[in-house]
Amino acid sequence: MLHIKCPHCGLRSQNEFSYGGDATIKRPELNKEVSDQDWDNFVYLRKSPRGKHLELWQHISGCRQWIKVERDTLTHEIFKTLKANEEL
Amino acid sequence: MQKYSVFSLIKNAFKGHKDWEVAWKDPTPKSEYDVIIIGGGGHGLATAYYLAKEHNITKVAIIEKGWIGGGNVGRNTTIIRSNYMHDENGLFSEFGMDLWRNMSQDLNFNVMFSPRGIINLAHSDAQMNAYSRRGNSMRLNGIDAVLLNREEVKKIIPMADFSENVRFPIFGGLMQPSAGTARHDAVAWGYARQADSMGVDIIQNCEVTGFDISNGKILGVRTSKGDIKAKKIGLCVAGSTNILAEKLNMTLPIETHLLQACVSEPIKPILDNVVTFGAGHFYCSQSDKGEMVMGGDLDGYNSYAQRGNLPTLQHVLTEGIAMFPFLSKLKMLRTWGGIMDMSMDGSPIIDKTHIDGLYLNCGWCYGGFKATPASGWTFAHTIAQDRPHELNEGYSLNRFSTGHLIDEKGLGTKTWIS
Repeated sequence: MLHIKCPHCGLRSQNEFSYGGDATIKRPELNKEVSDQDWDNFVYLRKSPRGKHLELWQHISGCRQWIKVERDTLTHEIFKTLKANEEL
Repeated sequence: MQKYSVFSLIKNAFKGHKDWEVAWKDPTPKSEYDVIIIGGGGHGLATAYYLAKEHNITKVAIIEKGWIGGGNVGRNTTIIRSNYMHDENGLFSEFGMDLWRNMSQDLNFNVMFSPRGIINLAHSDAQMNAYSRRGNSMRLNGIDAVLLNREEVKKIIPMADFSENVRFPIFGGLMQPSAGTARHDAVAWGYARQADSMGVDIIQNCEVTGFDISNGKILGVRTSKGDIKAKKIGLCVAGSTNILAEKLNMTLPIETHLLQACVSEPIKPILDNVVTFGAGHFYCSQSDKGEMVMGGDLDGYNSYAQRGNLPTLQHVLTEGIAMFPFLSKLKMLRTWGGIMDMSMDGSPIIDKTHIDGLYLNCGWCYGGFKATPASGWTFAHTIAQDRPHELNEGYSLNRFSTGHLIDEKGLGTKTWIS
């Protein structure tokens, strides 16, 4: 089982969290012209690396905050957790 | 090639089974091929077989990092069906059903195809309406579908929970009687043996480390056994698609996720069909050895680990016990995990790429096994003719940017939601 250290609540089991996907994907800026390719990149295209992956999780059965988790997709080791507005 | 039959079995039995020919050779790679297929799983082996059989292209190599049939074709829950609503999926899968029905004869290898029928259970009136719509869509595409009411389901699977006070009562179900299961390893071995006999080189323990591309055209691959030239290269690597895409500087609408399955201890025959729970994601059948074969949700986060975590397994089996209470008495014999190439609309991609001579076969999510023959057949056509067959035209790579998604489940891009 994964143990995720919520930056707000501390170390909790995987059961309390739901997954939110790649955290490095940035939505194209609002009120600006967006090319089809930019929109494609944002909505559909994913690197899905084998190794370190920065991802979003929500502490849904805890504080309900969205957080960022840096995790290895091969070993499941968690290196770092951040608040949603923090950068690595 | 030695033909397998009851006579060859008796003949070899008298010789103590010492004179059987090897089923496929172990060649050293040549310096050049017409077509290289990367990935010696079911889809890759089937592609090579149909390239040779349907298109007379036999200067073909299959390059496999591990051993053939060691990936998802060796660890799935063996379900074969074509109960899809959308035309692209329905027609493609039903074409595959015809190949399944003749596979043992075609390959001279008993793949133990068992058309025992699949029942998707419904647990509300709304779900019955949705199944009725899907069943009608299937029948319009020539696929058999039968809508069952509660009593009819009870006659087929009386051991399911039909008591009144359950959270998800069984209202009925949608059955595809021609669906079933097959012996998964035999499918890989059967295709490998026939492909080998027609001249395909099956190169195992050979990892692709890079690609040779010049002026937007593929020239060959770099491997752990040296560089190999090829005019055309097809990728059939399922959960490793993103890893090879990175070497090609491509970003794909694919995420790699983890799926678990499990089997119970063997018990006497109780379940004749494949049954799925409609209020969650759980499916179950009984193997010929008597084990209950079960699976369900993805673990739900990007992973290449090929091993799962217990919370998901517990969640999935809770659904199983809600459907078949007797499962709670069984001991678990074995659990395992594999990695899935989850596409962004839940449907596969069989297409050309922007690199001339490079072809892509991926995005099978957790439904790749049943597609093995149809995938191989259409991918072979796509490679040989340099254009998709009408059966896989919908499975294009650019459908995401053009908006022609085939979103069978209506989940959108959140592939980890089940």
